[in-house]
Amino acid sequence: MSDQTQQGKAPTVLVVVAWLWVGLPFLYGLWQLVIKIPALFGG
Amino acid sequence: MDIGGVASALPFTLGIVMLGLSAAVFGTKVDSNGPRWAMAVSSACFVTGFLVSALGIWLGWYWLVVVGYGGIGGIGLGIGYISPVSTLIKWFPDRPGLSTGIAIMGFGGGALIANPWTSSMLTAFGASGNDPDTNGIALAFLIHGLVYAVFMTMGWLLIRVPADGWRPAGWDPAVQRTRAMVSKAGVSAANAIRTPQFWLLWIVLCFNVTAGIGILEKANPIYQDFFRDSSPARTLTAAAVAFVSILSLANMLGRFVWSSLSDLIGRKNIYRIYLGVGALLYVALTFIGETNKAVFLLCACLILSFYGAGFATIPAYLRDLFGTYQVGAIHGRLLTAWSTAGVLGPIIVNAIADSRSDIAGPSKYTPAFLVMIVLLVLGFVANELVRPVADKWHEPEPDTARTSGAQA
Repeated sequence: MSDQTQQGKAPTVLVVVAWLWVGLPFLYGLWQLVIKIPALFGG
Repeated sequence: MDIGGVASALPFTLGIVMLGLSAAVFGTKVDSNGPRWAMAVSSACFVTGFLVSALGIWLGWYWLVVVGYGGIGGIGLGIGYISPVSTLIKWFPDRPGLSTGIAIMGFGGGALIANPWTSSMLTAFGASGNDPDTNGIALAFLIHGLVYAVFMTMGWLLIRVPADGWRPAGWDPAVQRTRAMVSKAGVSAANAIRTPQFWLLWIVLCFNVTAGIGILEKANPIYQDFFRDSSPARTLTAAAVAFVSILSLANMLGRFVWSSLSDLIGRKNIYRIYLGVGALLYVALTFIGETNKAVFLLCACLILSFYGAGFATIPAYLRDLFGTYQVGAIHGRLLTAWSTAGVLGPIIVNAIADSRSDIAGPSKYTPAFLVMIVLLVLGFVANELVRPVADKWHEPEPDTARTSGAQA
């Protein structure tokens, strides 16, 4: 399977899957981080 | 396993060393075989590293953990680190700082996800606290390996490089090349390491990383020592954990924000900020930090954002100086600076901290911070000495390059 696109644009489905694949775990990590921050200001 | 603090850090330290070495050794292969091959190899090594480590913990063979996580996993880290960088540079030829910022931010984002996930898993398996269950740790490593296998496989299946000659709509490469530092031609990896520019950037990266480690390595105790008198003991520990978290956020965001800004103000100027302003922030932290918490937090966050940004912007700086021809391989060779800093940084910081263990309060860290200031100033000077690469190092034009020893 070639890893070079023949057009300048990736298929929409792949773009959506890729964003979700990265975005959902990232949001989990970000949320876990954000909820710790109030303790820094006495929360 | 009954191992001490230094020995327990060995797998991670070896992992950083192997990251730099594998990136340097296999960087040319990444450029020639493409990102899918590189990411598949990286996934195989990284996952194998976790599985071997799980076996090592289960058997009680610590050396197998070192070989698995540090050795095999470290090779996967190195190859996996450089492959998205060179790919994204090709997709965003008009915004190299943005593209490398996105790629390197992924590395920081990975830590953001892995930290809470690992902690919750260890707690669930009874593998945290003062008497952790060894089998629980082995199980956590095993699950890490299996989950990373699934996620990373999706990554290398989805990866694409643009078609030859692709360029963003409305972008004119000729405009990009009018900047003094932007090369008009490519330089091979073998030739790049013979230029002074490569070694000046090696110093810049090494010292910038070392300076960041100055805070990162001891973030929790630094916070507690600075604010022990002004915070109730009950809240101090939680606040120190939050401080480490906010530094992680600054580290990650800096990679994207500052690296993207470098597209507008130029790579040399942005490193003037990372190194010059970084040194001034360390001065402020040393002499004002204790008296003003807001100043302390602002300085520490900016220092860590510059630390992350130093990683993120360096591939774009390399692309400016050496072109895109073998930028992945050149970036790989430069990562030996990270390996060096990853070993030297903690040694310097811990040695100074240990020698002042009888001193309480912020003054305990003053010598370490002063060392970081000196390193940043030296890095600043190295950056000032960077000049455009001489024409003699440039590869021949593309139509003759393939037949005239372009791989030299």
